[in-house]
Amino acid sequence: MDIFFSTYGFLIVQMMLQALLGLSLYFPMMAGQLSLASPGFYALGGYIAAVISTKVFVTQGQYPIPMLLLEIVLGALASGVLALVVGIPALRLRGIYLALATIAFVEILRVVSLNLDITGGAVGIFGIPQPFTNSLSYAYLVLPLLVLVAWFASRLERSRVGRALTAIREDELAADAMGINPTYYKVLAFVIGAMVAGGIGAISAHFLNTWNARQGTFDAAINILAYVLIGGSRTFWGAIVGGFALTALPEILRPLGDLRLIVNGLLLVIGAIYLPQGLIRPAWLAGLARLKRKS
Amino acid sequence: MEISTLIQNTLNGLSIGSVYAIFALGYTLVFSILGVINFAHGAVFTLGAYFTYFLVGGVNNGTGILSNFQLPFGLPFVLAILGGSFLAGGVGVLLDRLAFRPLRSRGADPLLALVLSLGLALLIVNLAQYLIGAEILSFPNNVYGDWLPPAINFGSSENPIPVRGVQIIIFCVSMFVVVILTFIINRTKVGKALRAVAENATTANLLGISTERFILLTFFLSGFLGGLAGTLVATSFSISGPYFGVTYGLKGLAVIVLGGLGDIPGAVVGGLVIGLAEAFVPGEFSAYKEAVAFALLFVILLVRPQGLLGRKLIQKV
Repeated sequence: MDIFFSTYGFLIVQMMLQALLGLSLYFPMMAGQLSLASPGFYALGGYIAAVISTKVFVTQGQYPIPMLLLEIVLGALASGVLALVVGIPALRLRGIYLALATIAFVEILRVVSLNLDITGGAVGIFGIPQPFTNSLSYAYLVLPLLVLVAWFASRLERSRVGRALTAIREDELAADAMGINPTYYKVLAFVIGAMVAGGIGAISAHFLNTWNARQGTFDAAINILAYVLIGGSRTFWGAIVGGFALTALPEILRPLGDLRLIVNGLLLVIGAIYLPQGLIRPAWLAGLARLKRKS
Repeated sequence: MEISTLIQNTLNGLSIGSVYAIFALGYTLVFSILGVINFAHGAVFTLGAYFTYFLVGGVNNGTGILSNFQLPFGLPFVLAILGGSFLAGGVGVLLDRLAFRPLRSRGADPLLALVLSLGLALLIVNLAQYLIGAEILSFPNNVYGDWLPPAINFGSSENPIPVRGVQIIIFCVSMFVVVILTFIINRTKVGKALRAVAENATTANLLGISTERFILLTFFLSGFLGGLAGTLVATSFSISGPYFGVTYGLKGLAVIVLGGLGDIPGAVVGGLVIGLAEAFVPGEFSAYKEAVAFALLFVILLVRPQGLLGRKLIQKV
């Protein structure tokens, strides 16, 4: 078992981090908004952590965990503020237009981070200090965070806000007519998603030890979108299952070698055509709950 | 700015802008008929360049499983570029048959089509990487023939304004294609039917237009234009690997939004505007050149989502 954890520690934590990124995209999706902005906020959070830990607050030896927590909070807050600024005008756009605007947002951030001095230009920032002694120990931080965000999502789904988001997803005009303010709720969901992505970025910067402009790209956005859509976009379980499965998949498919990414593309295509609701569906979960009550 | 730089930038901007225009026309044709943005269009752009490269007799110096592959014959360049574009059009037809049509017949959400096209793009790009490899492939410098000088001087001999010959060819070919396409769409029966399908597919079907056939034709035209644009850009620079088309694919989005989604003259204007805007980025900010198209995209979406030439749409309940 020890060998298993030391071999797969990196992968296990990576699966949790990716599931959290999936959740960050799920929040705007709850209101039917296809936002591909997560990698942008993820990159921002990572740069904040990288700059603080390598330039502002330089320590010797193991990096103090309270500082890491502070970086997560700062990453989340900065992302939240940026999301508010970008979101208020952008979320007037619907469907495809919003997706396009968020793609543009991610690309602009990427080009800017490639050219600034503070972000280390094309090389990026490396030698980011480690708060833990090995990869798997990150799980002590990431797993509670995953549980917390998942719990928050499950409560949100059952709350007034969550039902307002669902109403907007199903029919924005009708929701508006029922007295729900679509802009307010859409911006709220967008900001929550951005804060999750920003916080995860701060952890990932330490976890990956290096941070550069390749972290926040269009490709990353497609991957995250795939977690949510293949996992299922109607319940937060979808994002988690999708993030776990698709992050582990390359390892499972390792014998296939270079064919892995082809299989990933194929899965997206097949998933879109034959599994439009994803693997995990709310009806399916409800059935499971009924079974449990009977037994 | 000196007058010679002004002329040089304008000519270079028009040249790259005209390629953006024909590439974006491929996007916009599919959008006008299906209301779907086909993200695989950038991948088709790459494939078109690869097809032409091999048809002209190029050797694969990549490390994919088809390493050192070479066709037993080499076509003259004019035939190769036509052939390459036709093959890219064929890929467009395949994409519709194998992926978009099954999705359409299920009456799926348009956002799912977007995801589908992202998956297709991932699939094609990685398949190309697997088969060909990630290495750079370059056309020979004199691919258009020896009659074309490397640079043409648009100024006088004491005040030269050199522009690369390839750029002039690209501009002429692209504009020729735009004129032909505009003629087909506005003046022929096929074009009339295409416009009818774009306006309202159900009604067009009731009027005896075979909708599916015209959707297929649209995918063919779209792939053809994408492949042609890919080859033209590749002759000017090189094929930088399977990800060659990704940047163009994203910039193409900026072009069609600038012109108004589904608007054909708009795509041409949008392409030229973005090409010129990029050419006029001052040298000291050239690192930010890649962001120009996206900044324009973002601003246009917020200020004028219907595009420069578009009409405002009132949302129907």
